[in-house]
Amino acid sequence: MPILVVAEHDNHLLKSATRNTVAAAAAIRLDEIHLLVAGSGCALVAEQAARLDGIAKVKVADAAHYADHAAENLTALVASVAGGYSHVLAPATSFGKNLMPRVAAALDVAQISEIVAVESPDTFVRPIYAGNALATVKSGDAVKVVSVRTTSFDPVGDGGAAVVESVAPGPDLQLSRLVGQELTKSDRPELAGAKFVVSGGRGLGSGENFRSVLEPLAAELNAALGASRAAVDAGFVPNDYQVGQTGKIVAPSLYFAIGISGAIQHLAGMKDSKVIVAINKDPEAPIFSIADYGLEADLFKVVPELVAALRG
Amino acid sequence: MKVIVPVKRVLDFNVKVRVKADGTGVDLANVKMSMNPFDEIAVEEAVLLKDRGVASEVVAVSCGPQPCQETLRAALAIGADRGILVETDADLQPLAVAKLLRAIVEKERPTLVVMGKQAIDDDANQTGQMLAQMLGWPQATFASKVQIGDGAATVTREVDGGLETVEIRLPAVVTTDLRLNQPRYVALPNIMKAKKKPLASVTPAALAVDCTPRLTVLKVTEPPKRKAGIRVADVTQLVDKLRNEARVLP
Repeated sequence: MPILVVAEHDNHLLKSATRNTVAAAAAIRLDEIHLLVAGSGCALVAEQAARLDGIAKVKVADAAHYADHAAENLTALVASVAGGYSHVLAPATSFGKNLMPRVAAALDVAQISEIVAVESPDTFVRPIYAGNALATVKSGDAVKVVSVRTTSFDPVGDGGAAVVESVAPGPDLQLSRLVGQELTKSDRPELAGAKFVVSGGRGLGSGENFRSVLEPLAAELNAALGASRAAVDAGFVPNDYQVGQTGKIVAPSLYFAIGISGAIQHLAGMKDSKVIVAINKDPEAPIFSIADYGLEADLFKVVPELVAALRG
Repeated sequence: MKVIVPVKRVLDFNVKVRVKADGTGVDLANVKMSMNPFDEIAVEEAVLLKDRGVASEVVAVSCGPQPCQETLRAALAIGADRGILVETDADLQPLAVAKLLRAIVEKERPTLVVMGKQAIDDDANQTGQMLAQMLGWPQATFASKVQIGDGAATVTREVDGGLETVEIRLPAVVTTDLRLNQPRYVALPNIMKAKKKPLASVTPAALAVDCTPRLTVLKVTEPPKRKAGIRVADVTQLVDKLRNEARVLP
C-alpha cells in the first residue's frame, strides 16, 4: 500500500519541510509515495509537488475552507483518504503537530511524534525527555500516523513527474477561523534547514543588541538568527526565534551559541548541530560542555572581532 | 463556565535524565516527580479565568498511579476546586488518555479544557488534539493568549512563523505554550487548604475505556555522545579552528 505525505504549503509555495518528509517516506521503502495538497487556490503548489523526486501521485483538494490549513477541517479530509495508505506522514512543524494527532484519533490509531529514524515500516526512533533519550517504538496499528523531524532526513530534490488528481474537498466544520497573523518578515534565512545559525541568549541584554551585535555576524555567514527561551521571554526577539525542546529543532553545519547558558531544554533544540561554538563570559556555563569550540570572553568584545576576522 | 484541566505527573524538569543500562527506559526510581510545567501553566490559566469571574469551577484531572494524587493536590493548591484521579498502573499512551479524558468530559460537561501542549517526558504533543477530535470540538494549540467571549474564544498561538490568532467556538480544547502566563507562587495556607478539597477516584474500567497501549517500546537508548570540545583563547584561534580543523566556514 502506498504512503501518503500531507504537504505543508502556504497556497503559493510548497514548504521545504515537505521535502524532508518525503525523504522519510522514502526511508520506509515500501510502495509508492503520494502527496496530499489541501488548500485554497493552490494549483501552483500541486505543480511544485508533482516535480518532487520520488512522488507517484499528487492528490489536490482545493476549497476556500482549507485556506488557513486549520486542523479541524483538514482532519476530515485526511481521514477520508487515509484508508488506502499504510502510513500517513507530515512534518513535525507547528502545522503537522497541530494536525496529525487529530488524524490519528479520527482513525483510532496511535500517533508517532517527531521520528528521527526509520528502522522498518512499523518501527521508528523518536526522542523523549528533551532528546536525552531515544525510544525505538513499534506500532501494531493498520495505519501508522507519523510526524517527521525534518532535520533528521535530507530533503528530496526535484526530478519527478507525478500524476495530479483532484479529490473532493471534505466539509467545512466551521469550528475555527483565522482572524490574525503576525509573521516575522526577515531577509535572514529561515531557522529550519539553515546551514548556519547564530543564536543569542539573555546575555545579549536587549533586542537592539541582537540587531547591532548578532546581525552583522549572521549577515557575514548568511546565517539564520535564533534565540534561547530566556531571550524570547525577555522580549528581545519574537517567539519564532526560539530554539529548544519546545521551540525549533535545528541541526546546522555550524551553530553559534552566544550569551546562552545552555539549559537542557535549549540543548534539546541544537545538539545535533555538526559544529557548536559557544561564546560566554561565564566559564561554568553548561553550554561549554557541549561546544566543540568554547570561547570564554565578553561577547560584546569578541563578536565584532569575529565579524572583522571573517571579513578580512 | 466549568473548566477541566488535565495534569500529568512527570520527571521534574531539573532532574538529570538517566537512561537505564538495560535499555528498558529512563530511571525513575526515587527521583523527584512534579506536575508537567505546561500543565501548571494550564492550571494557572484556568484559575485566572476563575479569578476574573469567567470560570465558575476548575476541575483538575490526572490519569495514572496513586501518587498522581500529589499532582492533583498541587493543582488544588494553585486554585482548582476539585480533583479527579483516573487511577491505573497501566502504561498510558496519548490515545488512551484522550479516551479517558473524553469520558470525564462527557460526564462533567465543561465549556473549556485547558492542558499543556506536551508532556516533558514523552514530548508527544498529541493528547489535547486527540481529545478535541474525539469530542468533535475545535482546538487552539500552543496558546500564548486566551480570551473568552460569548460562545467563542479568541486564542493567539505561537507557530513556526510567529503568531496567529484564531477564533474558536466553545466548547473547545486549548493547549498551553510557555508564555501564556507565569504560574503563581503557592503559599503554605493554600497548600493546607488543598488537602481539604474533594478528590475523587475512578478507574478506566468504570469509564469503559480500553487503555491497551498501541505502541510497543522496544528499547530506550542514549543518543550518541558528542566528542568533547576544546576552549579557544581568542577569535584568531577560533577562526583558524573553524576554517582549518572543522572546515565548516563558507
